[in-house]
Amino acid sequence: MSLIELSGIERTFLLGDSEVHALRSINLSITPGEYVAVMGPSGSGKSTLLNLLGLLDRPDAGTYHLEDRDVTTLTPDEQARVRSERIGFVFQSFHLVPRLTAAANVELPLMLAGIVPAERTKRVSQALKDYGLTDRAHHRPEQLSGGQRQRVAIARATVMHPAVILADEPTGNLDRATGEDVVTLLEGLNAQGVTLIVVTHDQTLGARARRQLVMEDGAIARDSGKG
Amino acid sequence: MILADSARYALQAITSYRLRSFLTLLGIAVGIAAVILLTSIGEGVHRYVLKEFTQFGTNVIGISPGKVKTGGQPPSGIPTTARLLTMEDAAALKQIPHVTGSTPTVWGNSEVEGNGRLRRTTVYGVDADFKQVFSSTVRIGSFLPRETTGSSRAFVVLGSKLRNELFGSENPLGARVRIGGLHFRVIGVLAPKGQFLGIDLDDTAFIPAERALEVYNREGLMEIHVTYAEGVPSSKVAAAIKERLKLRHGREDFTIITQEDMLKTLSNILDILTMAVGALGGISLVVGGVGIVTIMTIAVTERTHEIGLLVAMGARRRTVLGLFLGESVLLAALGGLMGLILGAGTAQMLRLALPDLPVHTPWNYALGAEIMAASIGLLAGVLPARHAARLDPIEALRTE
Repeated sequence: MSLIELSGIERTFLLGDSEVHALRSINLSITPGEYVAVMGPSGSGKSTLLNLLGLLDRPDAGTYHLEDRDVTTLTPDEQARVRSERIGFVFQSFHLVPRLTAAANVELPLMLAGIVPAERTKRVSQALKDYGLTDRAHHRPEQLSGGQRQRVAIARATVMHPAVILADEPTGNLDRATGEDVVTLLEGLNAQGVTLIVVTHDQTLGARARRQLVMEDGAIARDSGKG
Repeated sequence: MILADSARYALQAITSYRLRSFLTLLGIAVGIAAVILLTSIGEGVHRYVLKEFTQFGTNVIGISPGKVKTGGQPPSGIPTTARLLTMEDAAALKQIPHVTGSTPTVWGNSEVEGNGRLRRTTVYGVDADFKQVFSSTVRIGSFLPRETTGSSRAFVVLGSKLRNELFGSENPLGARVRIGGLHFRVIGVLAPKGQFLGIDLDDTAFIPAERALEVYNREGLMEIHVTYAEGVPSSKVAAAIKERLKLRHGREDFTIITQEDMLKTLSNILDILTMAVGALGGISLVVGGVGIVTIMTIAVTERTHEIGLLVAMGARRRTVLGLFLGESVLLAALGGLMGLILGAGTAQMLRLALPDLPVHTPWNYALGAEIMAASIGLLAGVLPARHAARLDPIEALRTE
């Protein structure tokens, strides 16, 4: 059984007059608990693939099954629900809400999902504890270091217990040491069974993953998982 | 998303930009304050005018000679061919059911001479029912006695100011006063009544209507005033009066105006006045609304990342729309509340500073203004919020 099943995915963009083939005939299967690195040069379609996996984008052709459910045909509201419950995003630039405290940022997905305040408080304090942020709970992002910010973002991505975490250059804005910490953290989550998909330029980071996908011109050029 | 959470989220967004939110809010506040203040003054004037008109009681019906046709009422003083209202008409109206009093009225301006002093003043020719019809009270002595038509004695009752001017603190009872060549004996003084639309009601002399007709050399009465029992519909009494007078005159050559009609018309006019000044204040409210549109548009642009993030975290389009609409409504409602306090406070201060200026804050207008502020917020928020809800999350997350 696979967690993610892509078959015949096509995605083209119109840039001015010219058509850009961002993704072409992508067939991909990812099983639960995998650790996948998506690599490739800029413009190879890595980010488009990630957006598609995160249901932020729709393919022009092909099907996407997430947990054996065809999610391409879902209504926007149903897709929002899938994003809320099954997918966690980690971004290169953290994307924390600047006016909210670390705790409030972590609480956001729970709030959007309509979970009652008592339950939220419990889960937020647990998440902050797990990521060593308890004493930073009431600090705003500007008062946090880069590593702390990304840890808050990861806490936010995992607080809904998603099946898959999509990380887009999670270490791109961090120095090597803090980047290392963050990757260790993500790998720890993977060890607990969460599927981890990381998009990166960084060869060493990519090499740490158990499976590497190399993309070129919108197609998967190499997939270490396919034997 | 739970409603309380949405409200809190919106409030956090507002409070995180304190100065900007405050200034935006101020725009609405000034608008609401203007509406409140202007309607307060309008309503105050409304109440003042109505009070002036009802100080004689509300169950009064006036009958004047001549039918009001499309050409309007003939101006008094100009000779008309209308049949006159007579003392007998006034007496006949006393017999109608529910009528509690009917006084003939003739008035003019004359020199009143007494105690060696002379004063030009308003002289009313009335009868004993006047006291009741116009709810006057006698301070000393008595009012004009009830007499059969044709035998009214030459008595006069003085208004309190006229008495002071002529007699000072001396007792005027029994004194002789000359009005337009005729002599009258003072039998009473009325209690002060104050002013009515700037006319001093105490600078007056009251003499029997028959004598007034003589003084002013008139054949007919200027008006008959009738009061009727409280609780009886004015239209019913008016109809009975009409019936009786038509019978006496052979046709309808008189005009009946109930005070109820008059007050209703007056009240309508004053309501329109209040609404008109309120609408003037509304213009500034619209300007405030434009301010909200501006600031919300800026907010959506500034918070593009946040919107992309919310979508990525599973917020539905509707939720994003609701959050920004909520922010806009909250901003306007807070402004409205501030304006309410500002406007009502200024109105109260005006009342203290200028006690003569009638100011009254109508709370239904205040509530209406608050609802209006919130609606303006809703309206102002629609465009920016829709823009926010339609953002492409990929683009929104990408912008740096």
